[in-house]
Amino acid sequence: MSLLTIAFTLLFYFATATIVAGLVYRIRLYAVTPTPLRIPTTPAPITTQGVVRRMFFEVTLFNSLFKSNKWIWLFGWVFHAALLFVLLRHLRYFTDPVWSWVALIQPIGSYAAFAMVAGLAGLWARRFLVDRVRYISSLSDHLMLALLVAIGLTGLGMKYVAHTDIVAVKAFFLGLMYFDWQPMPSDLLLCLHLLLVALLMIIFPFSKLLHAPGVFFSPTRNQIDNPREKRHVPTRKSAPVKQAG
Amino acid sequence: MAEFETPALKPYPEIPPIEIGSMAHSKPYVAKEDLQQKIGFPGELIDNWEKVAIDKMGELVNGSRALRVFLDSCVKCGACTDKCHYYLGTSDPNNMPVARQDLFRSVYRRYYTLAGKYLPGLVGARDMDQSVIDEWYSYFHQCSQCRRCSVYCPYGIDTAEISMAAREIMDTIGVGQKYCNEIIGKAQTIGNNLGLPQPALADTLEGLEEDIEEETGVTVRMPLDVKGADVLLVTPSADFFAEPHVDGLIGYAKVFHQAGMSWTLSSYASEAANFGMFIGSYENMQVLALRIREAALELGVKRIIFGECGHAWRVAYNFLDTLAGPFDFLDRNYPMPQHICEVTYDLLQRKALRMDPSANDDMVLTFHDSCNIARGSRMGDFEGGQFVIPREVIKASCNHFVDMPADTVKEATFCCGGGGGLLTDDLVELRVKGALPRMEALQQVVEQHGVTHLAAICAICKSQFSKILPYYGFEMDQVVSIHQLVSNAIQLGGEH
Repeated sequence: MSLLTIAFTLLFYFATATIVAGLVYRIRLYAVTPTPLRIPTTPAPITTQGVVRRMFFEVTLFNSLFKSNKWIWLFGWVFHAALLFVLLRHLRYFTDPVWSWVALIQPIGSYAAFAMVAGLAGLWARRFLVDRVRYISSLSDHLMLALLVAIGLTGLGMKYVAHTDIVAVKAFFLGLMYFDWQPMPSDLLLCLHLLLVALLMIIFPFSKLLHAPGVFFSPTRNQIDNPREKRHVPTRKSAPVKQAG
Repeated sequence: MAEFETPALKPYPEIPPIEIGSMAHSKPYVAKEDLQQKIGFPGELIDNWEKVAIDKMGELVNGSRALRVFLDSCVKCGACTDKCHYYLGTSDPNNMPVARQDLFRSVYRRYYTLAGKYLPGLVGARDMDQSVIDEWYSYFHQCSQCRRCSVYCPYGIDTAEISMAAREIMDTIGVGQKYCNEIIGKAQTIGNNLGLPQPALADTLEGLEEDIEEETGVTVRMPLDVKGADVLLVTPSADFFAEPHVDGLIGYAKVFHQAGMSWTLSSYASEAANFGMFIGSYENMQVLALRIREAALELGVKRIIFGECGHAWRVAYNFLDTLAGPFDFLDRNYPMPQHICEVTYDLLQRKALRMDPSANDDMVLTFHDSCNIARGSRMGDFEGGQFVIPREVIKASCNHFVDMPADTVKEATFCCGGGGGLLTDDLVELRVKGALPRMEALQQVVEQHGVTHLAAICAICKSQFSKILPYYGFEMDQVVSIHQLVSNAIQLGGEH
């Protein structure tokens, strides 16, 4: 096995372990942290069903963001929707035979990558052009966008400029999944693409990308507005204080 | 106090360019030793305050899912940056909700996240030091905890929760705000924010009874500490003497009178406001909430009704049962608690009040939704009832009502500029500037619809508007209580 194969094999096991363990840890923490008081942002749904509906539209259509700012909504929603199709399209590298619906959305996924990069570019432009957003952007906010754009561009490069050996790529990833390791193709664009993806997976549970699981736990959005019908029992246990490191 | 200029009212609201540090000088007076100690906090900055503050931060985050999720989730999208009335009125970028949160988040990251511990520069993490506390003291007292930002945040991040936590941490290390902490102390020992003892209260109420009788020829009672009454009315103590609050109190009394309800005030729990919420102190909030429970038990009432107050209604509606419940001893056929507007609205629906809306024909009214009612609670049994019910009560009391622009009312309402424990003269510049968006909306309906009066439903809003309306060229008496309108319109006499 080449050094490259060994490196990428280890890298992806490490990245997968990190994102899974990190998210499980973080989500568990959100779940067990008490909610001392009821704080939905009202008007809020008065039934469980209503809260499910509110959350559904919040995470699929970004309702609150739409109310807030049409440009951020447009760029943000286009990016996320496109990312979804791009990710689903990539399932073809992890399934054999490829599921029929994955095969069906391949064409959408290919073009979605352009939309994804365009959405990211719009969001990034705001970080330079809008003085308020410029003020609140830190280095990590720019790097996160750079990372996502680079992943998108290297992916597009392999699709439209310098084709990579996708049969070999698929063999490599199936090999990872079934512990039957296969050689990693030594293609510069591919290596770069995968390196950045692994990096994204590793930083996911330590970064603002936690907004993805976080939104489901946001008390202002997921609490039912029924305090007079159902007493909110105070849960105020304090776990021991733990600092990082 | 520094001189300042009242912002000009523009015909169309604009988002101002940022002016870094333009409100860094704004700081409320610090609480003295005795005020701090009275409510369980150190009298002055303690020795190892950095460590205590950091530990307290960890304790708060461990104890609040909201804080934990909010600190992790912000992606700095910028959606909230133009939503805060204090930003719109001052241009100080630290008054953008995300930047205000980051004053807290940057320290949280440094001590409680891996990225902040090892790569502080990358993620904007910083050490807890004196400059942090100075910034916190300034800018967490430039947040009225109105929750407008939380409406527009894609993750529902509520800056109010972070402001409350920051204030609690500051109190814990001995840096408290005079205005809030003094009031909490008074309410906990005397029973109300003004420090009115029982005899003074009894005297005031008697005087009001005489006024009503003189004006209407009808005897309307204002009962105090009457055991066995059906209803305990808990109202902000400003209702006992301030204008236009007191006209609202007269309105409640007239409603109870005409409905034939048996009610009482309590001198022990003579305060609906609960400033414990503003400083994020669960314990202090609970002490005040428990006084209401004790008064209700002592007087043997069946129902608890709250007067016109914004954050008081949020605490009552959302927190009271949690803090001081369960209220099994009350008559559960009625909601616990009830808002006076709900009571009046129900009576109006049942045609139990005789109203002559032409009594208010000298006014063209608009309505200021209070933040804590609009975004922190509800009225009635349907979503959004907090917008419908007060408006219906107003419309039943007057003939001329018009709403302000849609992006400044209901869930989008702008704070009056004085909420969240900022209603103090040492913050008058902030209060005037923070009122800008509301004043622009008011100006618009004044010009387009000839609006003469602004009806409010919160003691803080009423006091704030009385103070700042003149800065913008309005008259201080252009703010009225909702139940002042009811009081004017209700036709007493001949019902018994």
